[in-house]
Amino acid sequence: MKEPAIKTNGQDTKAKDADKAEPHGGPRSAGPTEVERAAAEWKHKYEETAKERDDLFETISGNHVEPLYTPTDDKDRDYLRDVGFPGEYPYTRGIHQSMYRGRLWTMRQFAGFGTAAQTNERFHYLLEHGQMGLSVAFDVPTLMGFDSDDPKARGEVGMCGVAIDSLADMETLFKGIPLGDITTSMTINGPAAIIWALFLAAAEKQGVPFEKVGGTLQNDAFKEFVAQKCWCFPPRPAVRLVVNTIQFASEHMPKWNSVSVSGYHIREAGSTAAQELAFTLKDGFTYVEAAIKAGLDVDDFAPRLSFFFNAHMDFFEEIAKYRAARRIWARHLREIYGAKNPRSWQLRFHTQTAGCSLTAQQPENNIVRTAIEAMAGVLGGTQSLHTNSMDETLALPSDKAVKIALRTQQIIAHETGVTNVADPLGGSYYVEALTDRLEREAEDYFREIDARGGVVTCIEQGYFQREIHRASYRYQQELEQKKRIIVGVNDYVEADEKIEIPILYIDQQVERDQVASLRKVRETRDNDLVARRMAALTEAARDESKNLMPYLIDCARAYGTKGEMRKAMAVVFGEHHEAPEF
Amino acid sequence: MDRKIRVLVAKAGLDGHDRGAKVVAASFRDAGFEVIYTGLHQTPEQVVEAAIQEDVDVIAVSLLSGAHMTIFPEVVKLMHDKGADHVLVTGGGIIPPQDMDTLSKQGVGRLFGPGSPTADAVEYIREWCAAHPRAV
Amino acid sequence: MARAISLVENETPEARFVLERAYPCTGQGIRIGITGPPGAGKSTLVARLARRYRDQGEQVAIVAVDPTSPFSGGALLGDRVRMVELAGDPGLFIRSMASRGSLGGLAVTTSEVCDLLEAAGFTRLLVETVGVGQSELEVAEAADSVVVVLVPESGDGVQAMKAGLMEIGDVFVLNKADRDGAERAAQEVSAVLALKKPAPGAWRPPVVLTAANQGKGVDDLVEQIARHLAHLNEQGLLRERRRRRLRARVIDLVRARAVGRLIERVPEARWNEILGSLEARRRTPHQAAALLWEEAWPEDASHPAAQGKGRAT
Repeated sequence: MKEPAIKTNGQDTKAKDADKAEPHGGPRSAGPTEVERAAAEWKHKYEETAKERDDLFETISGNHVEPLYTPTDDKDRDYLRDVGFPGEYPYTRGIHQSMYRGRLWTMRQFAGFGTAAQTNERFHYLLEHGQMGLSVAFDVPTLMGFDSDDPKARGEVGMCGVAIDSLADMETLFKGIPLGDITTSMTINGPAAIIWALFLAAAEKQGVPFEKVGGTLQNDAFKEFVAQKCWCFPPRPAVRLVVNTIQFASEHMPKWNSVSVSGYHIREAGSTAAQELAFTLKDGFTYVEAAIKAGLDVDDFAPRLSFFFNAHMDFFEEIAKYRAARRIWARHLREIYGAKNPRSWQLRFHTQTAGCSLTAQQPENNIVRTAIEAMAGVLGGTQSLHTNSMDETLALPSDKAVKIALRTQQIIAHETGVTNVADPLGGSYYVEALTDRLEREAEDYFREIDARGGVVTCIEQGYFQREIHRASYRYQQELEQKKRIIVGVNDYVEADEKIEIPILYIDQQVERDQVASLRKVRETRDNDLVARRMAALTEAARDESKNLMPYLIDCARAYGTKGEMRKAMAVVFGEHHEAPEF
Repeated sequence: MDRKIRVLVAKAGLDGHDRGAKVVAASFRDAGFEVIYTGLHQTPEQVVEAAIQEDVDVIAVSLLSGAHMTIFPEVVKLMHDKGADHVLVTGGGIIPPQDMDTLSKQGVGRLFGPGSPTADAVEYIREWCAAHPRAV
Repeated sequence: MARAISLVENETPEARFVLERAYPCTGQGIRIGITGPPGAGKSTLVARLARRYRDQGEQVAIVAVDPTSPFSGGALLGDRVRMVELAGDPGLFIRSMASRGSLGGLAVTTSEVCDLLEAAGFTRLLVETVGVGQSELEVAEAADSVVVVLVPESGDGVQAMKAGLMEIGDVFVLNKADRDGAERAAQEVSAVLALKKPAPGAWRPPVVLTAANQGKGVDDLVEQIARHLAHLNEQGLLRERRRRRLRARVIDLVRARAVGRLIERVPEARWNEILGSLEARRRTPHQAAALLWEEAWPEDASHPAAQGKGRAT
């Protein structure tokens, strides 16, 4: 763990730059030396007389926290340079001028389970209850690019999300949902290009031209290797596919966000806030570099990259994390990658509350946790938000639990007044200090990753995996030693607790149904055409200079399945195996 | 010499959430067990093959994808077919209480939900092994 | 089979019985030790080697030894993960072993496990250990052919030399040869090996470049190991090597037994007396050892161990 970088008392830096304090009208109206003297005095008194509980006094990421933050903490912070105004570089306070006075965040609940028809029903339900965009959760075989009848998919079909094998399933999934009017976010990574091809073929079938289709592909191959471990191909070909999709979107799909660089899963895997921030942004920079290397202009694609962060329980640390993320992204895009378009500098992000913070014990308490986390996301200036349901540690969320989660967002938006002002915590001594510290920690990680040869090499050598495992193990130890308290888990435990919330069950029939309908697709399509298109895909995969998207879309149109497309490319790309790091 | 408790920690199925499995594996090591970690994406056949070759006392399977009703019974059945009923099959993950009951009737040991302290699992395995000494 | 290995690992009384049945059936298999620093890619390389030997029709067993934590006595054995591609093959057996603190020494236990595997019909035994620490090196040395795996990052050959690795290798591998500096590192290793100035006609350990994760260079490694074994056979050195190994094994067992017996016989009260005399500086530890020895074997008051020179190898 790093030494705490924040000092409350200004003893050592006192009056170091008294003349520098005024120009931007920081919060030091009383004059630096006087405030500093007073702060030092207060600190001294505190150390003499204050009584503290026996507690860690650390953020959830293990960073030391001072008892108080004052104007003396921001010696080197320059308001205009480092904080600025909403809608202006470096966007610390938000990417929009009016923030939520202009437009609320998009309430986007991730949904998907069972068959395409079942999920289609849930989509209609959510849209009727005021949800503003769709977000598709795929089952695990789909996340890895295996067909539902693959032996490896046994027991997993439709369990954690919806099973999609071919265009036929995509057509069912979006039945009655006009893809030209509603935006769709798809949580898919390893086989993202394949699933996107199926989706685009479905839009085409609805008669919607590609340029009218809006939405987001998660498409973050790196984080699969780092955290979620649902990969499809080894890291190097995986990057090529990401670049192919970036290029295709920038040429044909002005309303599409090609990559949502995701820290969410890195955090869920047990990382600290700084690791989530640093690893995610570094992944993003690496995609930028790969696309530039492939000949794209940074301003042609950077505005279509977005981010996806976790909202964990440490309220202020999370808010600071989002603020630091915006500032770092803006600085790197402008200063290092030479982007000229302000849209390239703006980090837009989706937030999801932390699944790993929820408990199986006393699950109703999860509503409260989610509300606090959602509030952090909103105060951090998120563009869209998913709130977890209270029952997700037990099973897939029931309708009722999903509705409460959505209502949580509506309450924050309409009842609390936090939407009245941009970046309400900007200028908080504590939040600004945390923001600075997270930026510093991230920059330290960037240097470390570069020294180790960059993201791909770090993945291959297990660096990220090791860092994350160590952080998560430390955290777990602190829980077990009761240095940290989780209500209902290691304190306030109810011994004979009966779980009394309704649980959604996925019938094992789903797997049989899905396999049967997949078989039917294979029987009724033109198999010669499929074979020819798969062969063309394999051939194109051999040629580094070819964009594979058109070939994938051709396969999709012919009702080729995702597993077949995966295999057609794996011939060239190979498979990935990971060695665990402890 | 003390007989070491040998535990196979496996991530079965396709889901890649290995945080829990790795934390559990490290905790078991720190509790003095010999832990054989199989890595991700193991089929029941692979889990059982490893368990037999390694002659473990316990198989601990981590599963968050909802495939528990398929995978746990499969592991128990395959172990039975190999004449290895003396091995405890336990595990953890997102498993509804009703399913835990059903699986327990099918011969699966205690299952640990999210947020369970790893110390509970350690304790459970120690007690189980003490109560089921291996015939030589 | 798996149960029998546990008996040997746990040093149960039944183990001797099992080993007695197994020993007459041994001697046909080839034992290959694979060692090197942590993170050198040994497990991946072992998996690739195993695949090749399987393709040649051999029955292959892998024994992967990892260190026991000195703090908890537990161990995390993760080598199988790198061998997933070998799953489902009945002609292949993988066993993970923790180094523990076994009485007769790790080398003895590992050799015994190999005996069992050989008796069960395995013809190629790949024993993988982390090349740090004396006991791990001994394990590797108990093989017919020793492969030392290094990576460009394991740095100047000097590190490896310090660890004693340069002394024991019959074939050297520079793995992860797709990385920068591999060629140069290979040259360094060759240079260090050349310093040993082998006698004319003696075996000169080759240096093989591999990228095990891509399967590159593995055929070359297989060939070099075969060359080494052929060399040993031609020169009659294999028999010599195995005799040396057996001798070391018997000595280890004798030592373990003798020391075990001796220590068992000393009552707690006697220990207290002796420790008291040491604390008071009335005796030296050497004298105390001699005293205990004489008390155990009064007829042998001038045994070398009495002078504290117990180590016989």
